[in-house]
Amino acid sequence: MDAMNAHAEAIMTHEVHYDEHQAHHHNQSFISKYIFSQDHKTIAKQFLITGIIWAMIGGLFSVLFRLQLGFPGQSFPILETIFGKWAPGGEIKPEFYYALITMHGTILVFFVLTAGLSGTFANLLIPLQAGARDMASPFLNMLSYWFFFLASIVMLSSLFIQTGPAAGGWTVYPPLSALHTASIGSELGMDLWIVSMALFVVSSLLGGINYISTILNMRTKGMSMTRLPLTIWAVFFTAVLGVLSFPVLLSGLILLLFDRNLGTSFYLSDIVVNGQIMPNEGGSAILFQHLFWFLGHPEVYIIILPTMGIVSEIISINSRKPIFGYMAMVGSLFAICTLAFLVWAHHMFVTGMNPLLGSIFVLLTLLIAVPSAIKTFNWLTTMWRGNIRFTPAMLFSIGFVSMFISGGLTGIFVGNSTLDIQLHDTMFVVAHFHIVMGVSAFFGMFAGLYHWFPKMFGRYLNTTLGYIHFWVTLIGAYLIFWPMHYEGLAGMPRRYLDKSPWVSFSQFGDLDRMITIVSIIVYAVQLMFVFNFFYSIFKGRKVTTQNPWKANTLEWTTPIRPGHGNWPGEIPEVHRWPYDYSKDGRDFIPQTEPVGANESNEH
Amino acid sequence: MQTFFIVAILVFGFLITFQIAKASEYVSVLRGEEKSRKQSNRINAFLLLAFLIAGLFGVYYCNETLKGKLLKQSASYQGEHIDTMLWITLAITGVVFIATQIALFWFAFKYQESDTRKAYFYPHNNKLEVIWTVIPAITLTVLVGFGLYYWFNITSEAPKNAMVVEVTGSQFKWEFRYPGRDGILGKKYYRDINEAANNPLGQVWDDPANRDDIHTTGEVHLVVNKPVKFIIGSKDVIHDVGLVHFRMKMDAVPGTPTTMWFTPKYTTEQMKKITGNPNFVYELSCDQMCGKGHWSMRGVVIVETQEEFDSWMISQKPQYYVAFPEKDPSNPAYKADSTKTGSAAIIPTKNQIKTRQ
Repeated sequence: MDAMNAHAEAIMTHEVHYDEHQAHHHNQSFISKYIFSQDHKTIAKQFLITGIIWAMIGGLFSVLFRLQLGFPGQSFPILETIFGKWAPGGEIKPEFYYALITMHGTILVFFVLTAGLSGTFANLLIPLQAGARDMASPFLNMLSYWFFFLASIVMLSSLFIQTGPAAGGWTVYPPLSALHTASIGSELGMDLWIVSMALFVVSSLLGGINYISTILNMRTKGMSMTRLPLTIWAVFFTAVLGVLSFPVLLSGLILLLFDRNLGTSFYLSDIVVNGQIMPNEGGSAILFQHLFWFLGHPEVYIIILPTMGIVSEIISINSRKPIFGYMAMVGSLFAICTLAFLVWAHHMFVTGMNPLLGSIFVLLTLLIAVPSAIKTFNWLTTMWRGNIRFTPAMLFSIGFVSMFISGGLTGIFVGNSTLDIQLHDTMFVVAHFHIVMGVSAFFGMFAGLYHWFPKMFGRYLNTTLGYIHFWVTLIGAYLIFWPMHYEGLAGMPRRYLDKSPWVSFSQFGDLDRMITIVSIIVYAVQLMFVFNFFYSIFKGRKVTTQNPWKANTLEWTTPIRPGHGNWPGEIPEVHRWPYDYSKDGRDFIPQTEPVGANESNEH
Repeated sequence: MQTFFIVAILVFGFLITFQIAKASEYVSVLRGEEKSRKQSNRINAFLLLAFLIAGLFGVYYCNETLKGKLLKQSASYQGEHIDTMLWITLAITGVVFIATQIALFWFAFKYQESDTRKAYFYPHNNKLEVIWTVIPAITLTVLVGFGLYYWFNITSEAPKNAMVVEVTGSQFKWEFRYPGRDGILGKKYYRDINEAANNPLGQVWDDPANRDDIHTTGEVHLVVNKPVKFIIGSKDVIHDVGLVHFRMKMDAVPGTPTTMWFTPKYTTEQMKKITGNPNFVYELSCDQMCGKGHWSMRGVVIVETQEEFDSWMISQKPQYYVAFPEKDPSNPAYKADSTKTGSAAIIPTKNQIKTRQ
């Protein structure tokens, strides 16, 4: 078997050379190959590396403001070294604390877990797993990355201007974000935030329509929709969510830009700020929240759906079992995607909305728990009676399921308007969403990286570092976020940088210190992962077999280092679904293998 | 220097870890990759099981350590519903949490790779899918049912006899207005706001209902066992009236008044005994980020008996007199002033109130 594989590989590599000599990919300059590349694999790497850089910045911000939370009143000279006038004497100024949490949220939610995640795995996997040479429009795909790059530049530049970056929270609620004098972060930094997000929306739309059209139109022969791996279904629904909801955010932000600079009153009414009477009358501050959360809620599914797909794939492969309930998995993705558009106002139960309207959103919100439960039970059943290999990817997938359970269940608390009255905008919410869409999504992303790194770079990530990375992150994440629920239950509001003036919230000093120390350790381990990532690109153990995880999907039929066009020669034809593991006594049956005459026809 | 040492230790520790990781890769090649892979498989399977046990113990330990720092019983009748709802939700999700986490890590341990086991080809089972669609759906219906029952209860119209207090947030303080004797909050208009002229809320002085309205800053007095309705607004950005001990919360939105009502159950003095904290006060926190002073936007709620409240109220001076001290009957200058203008009492008569209503 191995000998055969090696033989096949030799042929493949040979063909690649042949192809490169012959056809359209010769004479690629450095710029067209690595910078303005239209190869989906290179674009995926560009998204990934940009995302990693952003994650290091956004994560560092959280560590630095955790210093303030864990040790209020203490001076950290390093803060003055990094932030200069924003942290005189080594203590972060309150206005800059709010700038930091705003940038932490914006960076992690949009730049890392949307662009970095979808951009990486949708670009890498759609053509490889659906069987296409590239995206429907490689050029638009390239533009998608470069718009993201521009958005990044604009956002990054806002960190260095005199009045500092936006500081109204990642949700940028007006009037705080609309009034220049309400906060120093509502000066130029806020305009740059809006411009950057507008560019980001363009990037996201260019990517999204490309993903959708590629999946619908460019699948290889035999690859019916129901033979697609769940990763592709997941990024498909993710793209649908993005295409339908990001424009609404853009419209909301443009109105905000008008209110800020052109004197309109979409969101402003009856305002006296710093003794200055504003002329605006008749606007509604709540309107913005509706527009924002019409994206904002689907956004959390934009973050979590791709990781659900990744995890489904990895759990199935490493349990050596088919994913349990493929159609139910697709159906629940569809249900989540649909419900995602009908629950946005659960972020607004205490804005004074009509209680009847609120009750409808309670019902629809808790409905989402049903497809989420189906997915969880199906993952568990996939592992049941498997033969499980604990690769770092599999461990991160198990960690994902654990985190998704923990964070999903607390969603049942905050999604219920009665409990939300008490829990809204407390640390409980912070704990909830960090577990369910922060840590879970990162676990899914890490799982995907450990799993597909060999496909991206032809080398493995160091496994031992991978295990250390997993265990420290899993334990650390629970230590950070589990006790945080208690702060929230005690009513501690979020975004309080110092609790000392309060009788009701100042009892958690020890806990806050512990959380800060653990978060520093966890961050250091993520840096270790980043090191592992870049080191392994150049020095990692080489991949020597075409299909290192013994998986069924099409990407493992390409050469170890596929060129532009992915397959030398014909794109393989698909004859079966991707989850025939341990069927009829065979460990795995690739999708490209025709159905045998004696094969049992289950599924 | 200290920072330097910490960084040095971190770098050193990292280098060691990295060398070990690299070495283990070579070792595994030497020993046979398959063999060392299986060994690390067993180690990780064991660690997953250990994590489950340690994790469940950790959940218990965390609760034991922190439960004393949580809120004591609700200080409002409405908040008791919320506490009940919390317990119902906690019970249901707690069972699901423990069952699914145990299943997850136990399956991982039990079905770790072994040469003797063949994975079981089990692609679907519609009956199971139906079961775990229907059971969560029923459970959630129960939760939605309880939730909405309490929700409508809490968000219902305030009782007729409720005391009315207007709450206004601004960067970064809370102000309160009582309707005074006539029971009517006078009109206000934001363009009339003028701190220098002692009109911080923009009361329209032409409206006679404004002349007995009491204004306080940072502190609000309520009567125990008497429903209170807050009419909530903001002068600048969105704030939020958070009353953690009453389990209440409502945004303060500029231009759009909101309301909430509740019935305080214990006076501040009683609450000091209940919490065992002699320094206890009911605090009003801003729960919606509102700028650089958000974290310090604090108000104090004093719940007292009707008598205590009445005697406090009598001591308060209507804002109208603060704005126009010459018209204050208790001001020595008042008499001279009134003889000059010959104007009658400023406080509206009962007849005037009736016509307004």
